[in-house]
Amino acid sequence: MEAIILQVLNGLDKGSAYALIALGLTLIFGTLGVVNFAHGALFMIGAFCAVTLSRIISLSHEVVDETQTDFLGNPLKVDVPYVYDWFGQATGDAIIDWAVPLSIIFAIPVMVSIGVLMERGLIKHFYKRPHADQILVTFGLAIVLQEIIKYYYGANPIPTPAPSAFKGSFDFGAMMGFDPNVIIYPYWRIIYFGFAAVIIGAVFAFLQFTTFGMVVRAGMADRETVQLLGINIDRRFTLMFGIAAAVAGLAGVMYTPINSPNYHMGMDFLVLSFVVVVVGGMGSLPGAVAAGFLLGILESFASMREVLDVLPGLNQIIIYLVAIIILLTRPRGLMGRKGVMED
Amino acid sequence: MGILDVKGVGKRFGGLQALGDVNLSVAENSVHAIIGPNGAGKSTLLNCLVGKLIPDTGSVMFDGQSVLGRKPYEINQMGISRVFQTPEIFGDLTVMENMLIPCFAKRDGAFTPNAFAAMRKDGEMFDRASHMLEEMNMADKRHMHAASLSRGDKRRLEIGMCLSQEPRLLLLDEPTAGMARADTNNTIDLLKQIKDDRDITIAIIEHDMHVVFSLAERITVLAQGTPLVEDTPDKIKGHPKVREAYLGESQDAA
Amino acid sequence: MFGLEAKDFRLLLLVTLLTMAAPFILNPFPVDSGMAQFNAGYPDLMQRFVIFGIFAIGFNILFGLTGYLSFGHAAFLGVGSYAAMWMMKLLTMNVIPGIVVSVIVAGIFSLAVGWISLRRSGIYFSILTLAFAQMSYSLAYSVLTPITGGETGLQPKVTDPRILDAALTGNAPKANLFGLEMGSSTELAMGGWVFTFNVGYYVAAVVMIFAFYMSIRIFRSPFGMMLRAVKSNQQRLNYTGLNAKPYTLAAFVISGMYAGLAGGLMVAMDTQVGAERMFWTASGEVVLMSILGGVGTLIGPVLGAGAIKYMENILSKINKDILYEWFAFMPDGLQDFVITLVYPFIGKGWHLTLGLIFMAVVIFLPGGLVEGGQRVAALFKRKKPSDNTPDGKTTPAE
Repeated sequence: MEAIILQVLNGLDKGSAYALIALGLTLIFGTLGVVNFAHGALFMIGAFCAVTLSRIISLSHEVVDETQTDFLGNPLKVDVPYVYDWFGQATGDAIIDWAVPLSIIFAIPVMVSIGVLMERGLIKHFYKRPHADQILVTFGLAIVLQEIIKYYYGANPIPTPAPSAFKGSFDFGAMMGFDPNVIIYPYWRIIYFGFAAVIIGAVFAFLQFTTFGMVVRAGMADRETVQLLGINIDRRFTLMFGIAAAVAGLAGVMYTPINSPNYHMGMDFLVLSFVVVVVGGMGSLPGAVAAGFLLGILESFASMREVLDVLPGLNQIIIYLVAIIILLTRPRGLMGRKGVMED
Repeated sequence: MGILDVKGVGKRFGGLQALGDVNLSVAENSVHAIIGPNGAGKSTLLNCLVGKLIPDTGSVMFDGQSVLGRKPYEINQMGISRVFQTPEIFGDLTVMENMLIPCFAKRDGAFTPNAFAAMRKDGEMFDRASHMLEEMNMADKRHMHAASLSRGDKRRLEIGMCLSQEPRLLLLDEPTAGMARADTNNTIDLLKQIKDDRDITIAIIEHDMHVVFSLAERITVLAQGTPLVEDTPDKIKGHPKVREAYLGESQDAA
Repeated sequence: MFGLEAKDFRLLLLVTLLTMAAPFILNPFPVDSGMAQFNAGYPDLMQRFVIFGIFAIGFNILFGLTGYLSFGHAAFLGVGSYAAMWMMKLLTMNVIPGIVVSVIVAGIFSLAVGWISLRRSGIYFSILTLAFAQMSYSLAYSVLTPITGGETGLQPKVTDPRILDAALTGNAPKANLFGLEMGSSTELAMGGWVFTFNVGYYVAAVVMIFAFYMSIRIFRSPFGMMLRAVKSNQQRLNYTGLNAKPYTLAAFVISGMYAGLAGGLMVAMDTQVGAERMFWTASGEVVLMSILGGVGTLIGPVLGAGAIKYMENILSKINKDILYEWFAFMPDGLQDFVITLVYPFIGKGWHLTLGLIFMAVVIFLPGGLVEGGQRVAALFKRKKPSDNTPDGKTTPAE
């Protein structure tokens, strides 16, 4: 029992990332009908928003500290972050410490603008072209985006820690009444899961309960009719692209403490996220979310030692294996609609 | 016994009974039209004949053999060719290639691994395709991309492609839909000529009464998934049931 | 000639001449000149040109003709490589058995993968092939280590059985063709120029020319026409009495065999293999090559493979110092400015250039370099493009 809970928990954080990326992919696919291979790059750019902001708020200037001396007896020069000057040392430290959560505020406008820019500047011209062309041009864009990041940030992973309050782990098992030290779970991972749940909930609520969302859903079902009603659906779809980019970006921001971001993290996640989308059913938002968590958890179960003893290497291939089986038995995925992408 | 015998065919989509109990016999070397108001089940019936849909009940026999459960390409190989409502041709290929493909399909069957055969050497196929293009009056367009043809030419090409296979039964699904009057008349003349020149059975689904009465030797009227009457054109014209089906429908629609 | 039309035969002849004379053509600059770094006529790179050319030719038979976009072709390349390596370990260092077996094994593997993947089309097909390739990669890395050497990969060892070869007397085993070593080269110095003639390159080049010839035959056969028909309109194909499945499967297997052949040749040239050869980025690379050169054209994939490998090996070597040398004639401020502008696109940043070029091709030039060349040629000829297929790619063989 403990082992099962532990694996479910372990699967949640990866599952959350899959679900968020897959959700964004599906939003774009469902609204615009575009297969976006650059979506992983958006996830990666989100992560680098966190890197950038933590660099910005750690910017410092040199100050000569008269009270201290170095080993030669000269007054010591120390780097003082600007935030100390503005907010005092205690608040400044807290701001630097909370860089990653703060990046959420920073990342939202950045990601939405990138998304809108992408849609208006490039994707727009590909609505009427075959899906293969869309895949290819966004694949090219993904390469360009990740090379730009690589040029400015280098090829090595950049550690971006969580706030110190959330470092370390807690004993989830003891809280649930199991033996202590059986289910140890890092704080940040549970926060990541909670965060993902909130974002997913927000997106669904937005689509379900706002007029804007209603129009978008109607447009997803039948674009032409909505246009005939005199509604400018294009502008809304552009904004949906921005929102999808923001969802991917936020997933990236919050993922930085779990995995130090590097320029190719997006591609690594993208390949799996596409598998997730296809398993969930192309164009189905609940399918994308469900499949994201399902595959994340399955992956973590497949990495249990008991499983690996019987089926070595299963953890490496489980997602692909599930995808193949589902595609062959349920061609439209778990919750796919008929007629989507079947040309 | 006709060349095509449809017995007791029914098809249901969820709660909708698209076809009730369709019985139909198309006599060999005749032109048989199937008409009916919108939603009468004409297209569903056609799809059941060519293997796109499998009916829930009943049987479809072509020349004594059942077509049910066979794939579209198998049914074509039995001798049934289909012309679509909007011309289905190979748009990226040239007109000549469009004509060659059915010729090869007729001679070599559903699949031959002839990856290294030099196509140019295959004079027999080229002769056959050229001949057909000439018959369709399209010989001068043989090098054009099929996608760049006019609508009327696309239709001619598609009919020519079907004929090059020397089918025993030609199925036409509203062949003049969306056509201007002149094009429609051309198509009627073409079909008449086809009928005169060879032994072929033509089954035609059509909306346009002008086309139907110019061509058909026998007409089946379909309404709400079941055949109302089957008779010669002259008898159909004044038939009260037919008037009811059409006028009733159009009054509802208006 | 050889069952080809005059136009295709001329193309084949041209490709043959160019590949045979490649050591000269690719080394246009004297060794001592500042431009010598643009010389691509060294054996390693020339081998890569032709091997990736084969890979891309094969991929193009699938994607270019049928329109099925596979994102997993690197798996067949990898499988071919492993197969050839095992032939070298078990049978002989002669490259012939290795290359033959690599084609056969890749063919069988692609038959299995294609059989399943081709039950779906569109993006589902792409994802299925991707999934199979990533599975193969992961398995090669982990569970299959006894066969694949895992992370370290495989190399021939002195202690391998090699039942057809005489015992090696302590020398490292070298790949050969009936005693002629793949690595051996002859250098020819003419004035300031040095040209290298490498055995391995010529072996690979002959294989590529044969592969190219086969692809012309396929393009011009009824089979090739059916494949283009699959891409154009599968519905019509079905209702014309043709079964699309065996056609696409045959194309898939043929292109898989081409990939296996490329993999086998890689091992013959450079006797080592690792799982990273099967990673999905390697599959992506061949997609880039085909599109860049001109998908669906005969010569395009070869050009694309050449362009990308040239960028990867030449453009990537240009560093800042070289740039300073080039722009030395400029005033300092301008020099720095220009270099700042140019630097991100060369050296380690060559992928950025590749990505941009690739996007530009997809957006503006769907026919790739071949279409670009045709447009330029048309400009010079001042000939209006007529509708009777100005491009060599779709002209029927009649």
